[in-house]
Amino acid sequence: MIRDITIGQYYPANSIIHRLDPRVKLMATVVFIVSVFLIHDLVGFLIATAALGACIWLSKVPVRYMLKGLKVIFIILIFTVLLNMMFTPGREIFRFYFIRVTWEGVILAGKTTMRLVYLIVGSTIMTLTTTPNHLTDGLEKALSPLKKLRFPVHELSMTMSIALRFIPILLEETDKIMKAQQARCADFESGNLIHRVKNLIPVLVPLFISAIRRANDLAMAMEARCYHGGAGRTKMKPLIYNRRDKIGYAVVIAYLILWIVLICVF
Amino acid sequence: MGIINAVKLIYDYVTKDERGDVENVTSAIRGVDLDIQAGQFIAILGHNGSGKSTLAKQMNALLVPTGGTLTVKGMDTSDEKNVWNIRQTAGMVFQNPDNQIIGTIVEEDVGFGPENLGVPTKEIWDRVYDSLKRVGMMEYCDHSPNKLSGGQKQRVAIAGTMAMKPECIVLDEPTAMLDPNGRKEVIGTVRELNQKEGVTVILITHYMDEAIQADQVYVMDEGQIVLSGTPREVFSQVGRLKELRLDVPQITELAYELKKEGFPLPDGILTAKELEDALIRCKEQGYHVKAKSGEAKHVDKDRTS
Ligand SMILES: Nc1ncnc2c1ncn2[C@@H]1O[C@H](COP(=O)(O)OP(=O)(O)OP(=O)(O)O)[C@@H](O)[C@H]1O
Ligand SMILES: [Mg+2]
Repeated sequence: MIRDITIGQYYPANSIIHRLDPRVKLMATVVFIVSVFLIHDLVGFLIATAALGACIWLSKVPVRYMLKGLKVIFIILIFTVLLNMMFTPGREIFRFYFIRVTWEGVILAGKTTMRLVYLIVGSTIMTLTTTPNHLTDGLEKALSPLKKLRFPVHELSMTMSIALRFIPILLEETDKIMKAQQARCADFESGNLIHRVKNLIPVLVPLFISAIRRANDLAMAMEARCYHGGAGRTKMKPLIYNRRDKIGYAVVIAYLILWIVLICVF
Repeated sequence: MGIINAVKLIYDYVTKDERGDVENVTSAIRGVDLDIQAGQFIAILGHNGSGKSTLAKQMNALLVPTGGTLTVKGMDTSDEKNVWNIRQTAGMVFQNPDNQIIGTIVEEDVGFGPENLGVPTKEIWDRVYDSLKRVGMMEYCDHSPNKLSGGQKQRVAIAGTMAMKPECIVLDEPTAMLDPNGRKEVIGTVRELNQKEGVTVILITHYMDEAIQADQVYVMDEGQIVLSGTPREVFSQVGRLKELRLDVPQITELAYELKKEGFPLPDGILTAKELEDALIRCKEQGYHVKAKSGEAKHVDKDRTS
């Protein structure tokens, strides 16, 4: 049943990474992504690999779940590899008609692939070990300094968590509408692209109307329960740092310093 | 003065076009006087478009009167500064179970109201568990609302308002989208809250069987209250109810038909037991059951057993 799908891809397990405060994980992810772009030699590569490996091991999430995220970018990966190999000038390895594959190209392709893979796996660790709710809470807290700049942080995170709640419901509804239209001989599978998109209109219109009606109802229900924005609101599950999170921050900062040293020295 | 008091209440929906000119005015409430005592179980009936939902939204200050006044526990709903107090005093449960659950986990949804009221974290948890226990949904506290049945979702919604410690709950057709089992669950929960906790309940419904259990029934038509009284008083006026395009409870209808056939039955029979007793009395008085009405009686026997 469609309602059973979980948004994001949380993998429940009892690991130290799962229990870390989402803000620590957010920061770690950002630092890791930055470091991946700084890799330019073997030492950097080894450090990043060690860090990533350690996180995967600590998270107790099977590696194949990590690699699932790569499926999405598989095509992009192939493209980058081919383009890099073919169009980088340098020492030639072999030539096939007009295609020249160079040493420099192969190295660049390897680097780019590695970067992309590390990027995806690194951020997948976060989404696999953090529930969507925790993630939005973490974002709200982490971005709260922006409130001073009038950035609607609370509203953004509220919108995100409501979206998380309603996506499965709307998916189910889409399914229902499509079935209803199919029962009246609508055809969503054949024809060219334009034709198919056109056929989707009778699905999208009722879907939008229903979504707007739901939004209206929900707004009323929220008001009836005294919702009046983020001001004066308390939290049922407040985010509080404990020892584990402080150690987490320390590790992230140590990793960052290591990179700064690495860049300065080499 | 009761917990909810309306005097000459009027409400008009005004639709405006893009330039802000008035395009259309619908008078949804036209002069309603109402006085509901604390601790009562009230049912409000009425045909589609008779203004029931509009009246309910007034009680929660989601709409404010165009004319007249409405007070909740002495607080005037037209006064802007009372709004949050009123919404906390009179909780509201809506028709569509999916569109009123905000949290992605049951316990988080129940905690939404107290969070908005600024209740300290520890007390939020106490209230959440307490309310979930009261509606019998404690075992589902860490489930996703998407996986609950309609009746269970409505009970979560009721828990959500209960966590705000209201003195009164307004339910706008809470059972309209539920199957018979879900309806029973929800009405049972509401009755228990009314009887055990003394919460004032205002139940808007299309189901007459739910209205029978109320202390007081109001019938609305065209934005006015046209009939009121105990369920017995109201349902004894079968002819008038039919005029208002309303059903009567099945048993009452049956009694009404039997009476038309010539049986000396009293007005306002509400339960199968009452009908059976009345029919036995008829028999003792020597009324013979003819073939046609015998059929009707047979139906009745089946329902009692
Ligand atoms: N948002 C609105 N704008 C304009 N008119 C409205 C609006 N909501 C309701 N009305 C009109 O007000 C009148 C009363 O509507 P209301 O929703 O209160 O009826 P109801 O008794 O709850 O009906 P139902 O049994 O269908 O729920 C109707 O004539 C309706 O068309
Ligand atoms: Mg209504």
